[in-house]
Amino acid sequence: MADQSSAPKPSSSVKLVLLGEAAVGKSSLVLRFVNNDFQENKEPTIGAAFLTQKISLPSRIIKFEIWDTAGQERFASLAPMYYRNAQAALVVYDLTKPTSLIKARHWVAELQRQASPGIVIALVGNKLDLCAESSGDNDSAADSPADAEEGGAEPGEAEPTDNGDARKISTREAKSYAEEEGLLFFETSAKTGTNVADVFSAIANAIPETSLKGSRGAAGGGTQAALSGAANRADEARVNLADRAKQKSDNCAC
Amino acid sequence: MDGNNAKASPSTPPWSEEAERPPLPPRPSELNLMQLTTSTSNASRPPTRAGLVSGATTAVSMADVNSYNRPDGSKELRVTPSRVSSSPSIRAATSNKTSEIGEDNSSIRSYAPFGRYIQDTESIFDGEVQEDQGLSSSFSDGMFEDGPDSFDDEEDVDFDKEFDDPDDKIVGEEMAHNVWKSKRKHFIILSAAGKPIYTRHGSDAVISAYVGIIQTIISSYLDWDDQLRSFRAGGVLFAVLSQSNLFLVGITSLPESEAQLRVQLEALYMQILSTLTLPTLTHLFSVRPSTDLRRPLEGTEVLLSSLADTFTRGSPSTLLSALECLKIRKSHRNVINTTMIRARVDDLLYGLIVAGGRLVSVIRPKKHSLHPGDLQLIFNMIFEAEGIKAGGGDSWVPICLPGFNNTGYLYMYVSFLDMRGDQAREMAENERIAKEDSVAIILLSANKEGFEDLHSMKNYLVHEFRRNQSLRIIHAAVQAGRPAPTDIIAGTVLRHFLYKSKGNVQFFMPSYSPNFETLKQRRRLMSLYHHLHASVHAKHAAVKVHHSVGTSATALAWVTPMFELYCVASPSTSRNALAQSVNKVLQWVQREEERIFIIGGAVF
Repeated sequence: MADQSSAPKPSSSVKLVLLGEAAVGKSSLVLRFVNNDFQENKEPTIGAAFLTQKISLPSRIIKFEIWDTAGQERFASLAPMYYRNAQAALVVYDLTKPTSLIKARHWVAELQRQASPGIVIALVGNKLDLCAESSGDNDSAADSPADAEEGGAEPGEAEPTDNGDARKISTREAKSYAEEEGLLFFETSAKTGTNVADVFSAIANAIPETSLKGSRGAAGGGTQAALSGAANRADEARVNLADRAKQKSDNCAC
Repeated sequence: MDGNNAKASPSTPPWSEEAERPPLPPRPSELNLMQLTTSTSNASRPPTRAGLVSGATTAVSMADVNSYNRPDGSKELRVTPSRVSSSPSIRAATSNKTSEIGEDNSSIRSYAPFGRYIQDTESIFDGEVQEDQGLSSSFSDGMFEDGPDSFDDEEDVDFDKEFDDPDDKIVGEEMAHNVWKSKRKHFIILSAAGKPIYTRHGSDAVISAYVGIIQTIISSYLDWDDQLRSFRAGGVLFAVLSQSNLFLVGITSLPESEAQLRVQLEALYMQILSTLTLPTLTHLFSVRPSTDLRRPLEGTEVLLSSLADTFTRGSPSTLLSALECLKIRKSHRNVINTTMIRARVDDLLYGLIVAGGRLVSVIRPKKHSLHPGDLQLIFNMIFEAEGIKAGGGDSWVPICLPGFNNTGYLYMYVSFLDMRGDQAREMAENERIAKEDSVAIILLSANKEGFEDLHSMKNYLVHEFRRNQSLRIIHAAVQAGRPAPTDIIAGTVLRHFLYKSKGNVQFFMPSYSPNFETLKQRRRLMSLYHHLHASVHAKHAAVKVHHSVGTSATALAWVTPMFELYCVASPSTSRNALAQSVNKVLQWVQREEERIFIIGGAVF
C-alpha cells in the first residue's frame, strides 16, 4: 500500500470518484480495473468503497485512489463528500438503459458546478457486451439495428430485444454530448474488459501535470502513520484533511 | 438479487432526482453524542418496536434496561402486553441487582455467571430486553403440546430447495405458485396501504393476491380497534408485526413459536430502520400514505433476504438474542483491546474486530453499550450479504443502528483482512472470502467525514496487530474453529449445546460437526433448540429445567438467572448421564469463561 515503487519514476496520487445510476456497473468497472475480475449478479454497493490501483505512465506512476459510490438515490446526498477535491470522475451509464444517461448528465452538471474546477471527467457507457458488435464501432448503427439475427453478445441480464442487441443509447448521441461538455468518452464492458484499462489510462494522461505534485501519503501511508504515536496520528490525519481541502499539495508524509 | 441490471423502477423519472431527492438523512453535525443520548429518551415519539424504545442508548446499564419502573414502562406494556409475565425468579433476580447498583449511572453493571457479582467489570451489551419482551409473550398454541416427539416430525423437510427462487418466466405461472407454496417459511412486508414492499419468495405476480388478503385481514382487525398478532391455520403459523405504517408478516411451517417468529420480524424491521431511520420512514408515510417504499429501500433487498435466510436456517444468535465470541486467551484479548484503545481516534464511537461472524474485541465509550440487534444487522451486512465483502477495498457505509439511536445515521468503516499466509496482508480484493475465514475491522463514527481518520486508525491497527502477533493468534483461533463437544468434555454424551451467559448477553456453542454437518441436520437441531427455548420461556412457565426424550434425541434445557443452557444428546442417553455432562459443561464454562466471553470489553 505504501509508496514502495522502487522505480525511479515519480509517483502521484489521483483521487477519482465514480458516479452514476444504480446498477450501471460502477463497481464492476472498478473490479475489472483493480483485480481484472468480474462477478455476475454482483450485489449492490452499500455506501461507498475505497480502493487503490497504480498505473504506470511513461513519465510517472499514477496511484488512483478510487471512490466507488452507491448509485441509489438515498446516497446521493453523500456524493459531494466523495467528489470534493477529486481530480477525476468517471460518470457511468448503462448503454441499454436510456434513463441512466439522463442521470449521468445530471452528475456531469453537478460536477461542473460543484467539484474542483480542473476535474477530469470521463463519460463511460458500460455493458457494451450486451450490444451488437456493429453498433459498438459504428456510430450510426445503433439507430438502425438492421442486422437482426446477430446474436454476438448475448444479453444475459438486460432486457432481451428482438435482435439480440440491447443497446438503447447510440454512440453518436453520447459522444456528441461528451464533446460538447469536454468530457472523455468511452464505451466499455466490465464483463469482457473491453476498454476498461483505456479509460483509466486516458484519465491519467489527461490530468494536468501541474496538479500532480508528487505523492501524498495520506491514504497509503499507513505504516508511516503507524509509527507515530496514536494521539499525534489523529492530529496528523486531521491536518492532512485540512491541507487537502485547501490545496492539492505535496504534504508528503514520507 | 437483481444483478447488474436491477431495474430501477421506471415510474420515477430520474430527472426529478436533482429537484426532489429523498429527504436527507439527519446531518451528522447534528449527531453528536449528547443529542443522541437525549433524543432517545423521548417518550412521545410514535410507537416503535418496544425493544428499541426500552433498549436505546440511554440505557447505560442493563439494570436500567431491565427495570420496569421506568417512566415509559406503561408504554412498553401496551406494545407487548405479555412481557411482564416472564418468569418471576429471573425478574426478581434482576430487579434485585437494579437496586444494588442503581446509583452508579455511569458504569455498566455486569455479573459473571455463577453468582459472582463483579461490579467493576462491565457488560458491553445491553440486551436482556429483547429476550424478555420477545419471548415471554404468548405461547399458547398447540405447536409444542403434542409431546417431546414433535421435533421428529420434519424428516420430510426438503430444505435444499428452500432458498431457490426460480424465475417465473422460465417455470410458468402455475409452477411458480407451487414453488411458492412449497416454501417452509415466508417473510412479506407491506405498507399499511397495501403496497408490497418486500417478499423473500415469489414475484409480484405470485404474491399480489396474498398481499391483498393479508392487508384486508390485518386492517379489518385494526378497524375493530384490535391488533392481529398471530393466527394458525393448517399447521402454519402466521405472525404480524405492525410498525410505523408497515405490516411485517412471517409465515412458517417450521417448529417455531409466535414469540420466536416475532423476534425475527423485529429484526427485519430494524433492518428497514437501519436503512431509512425512523423519522424518515414516518415522514415518507405521513406525506403520502401510499408511498412505495421499494424505491427508498432499493438495494437493501439482499440484506433483508440474507437476514430472512439466516432465520430460516435457524440462528442460535437470534434465538438467544446474544452474540458469539471468538475463543482466545484472556491475555491475548487484552493485548488486542489495549491496542484498539491506543489506536483510537477522537471520532471513534465503537471499534470492533470480528472474525468469521464472531466477536474478537470491542471498544466503546463508557456511556454506551451495544445492542445485540444492532450487531446482528452489522454482521448480516458484512458477513452474510456480499455487497461489502465482494466489493473489495474499504467500505464507508452510512448506517442507522436502531438499538443505539433510530433517528440518525452513524458511519461505518469496514476493512477485511486476509488472514491466510503467515504474514497477514491486506486482502486481495478478488478473492472471495468464506464467512468463517474473514476477519474484519469495523469502526463506527458519528462523523460523516471521519473516513481518513478511521482509515489511518485501521492501518495503525494492522501494523500493531502484526507486530504483537495478534493477527496470528486470531488467525489460529479462526482456523481451529469451534471445539467439538468431545474436545470440551472427553467422552461426553452431548452432541451439541448452547450456553448463554445472560449477564454478558453472549453465548457459546461447540462445533456442529461431527453430528450436525448438513443443512438439514442443523435445521433439525435448531428446531429442537427452538422447541426447548419455547418451553422454558412460555408464558407463565415456571419451568427451570426441561428434560425431553424423543425418538431422535434427548434434550435438556436449564434456565437460571445467570445462564441458559440447552443440550442435545442421543435418544438413548440416560438422565443421569445427561445431568453429569451438563454439570461438566458448566464447570468448563466457568473455567473458560474469560476466553469464550468478552467480559466488559474495553472502555474509553
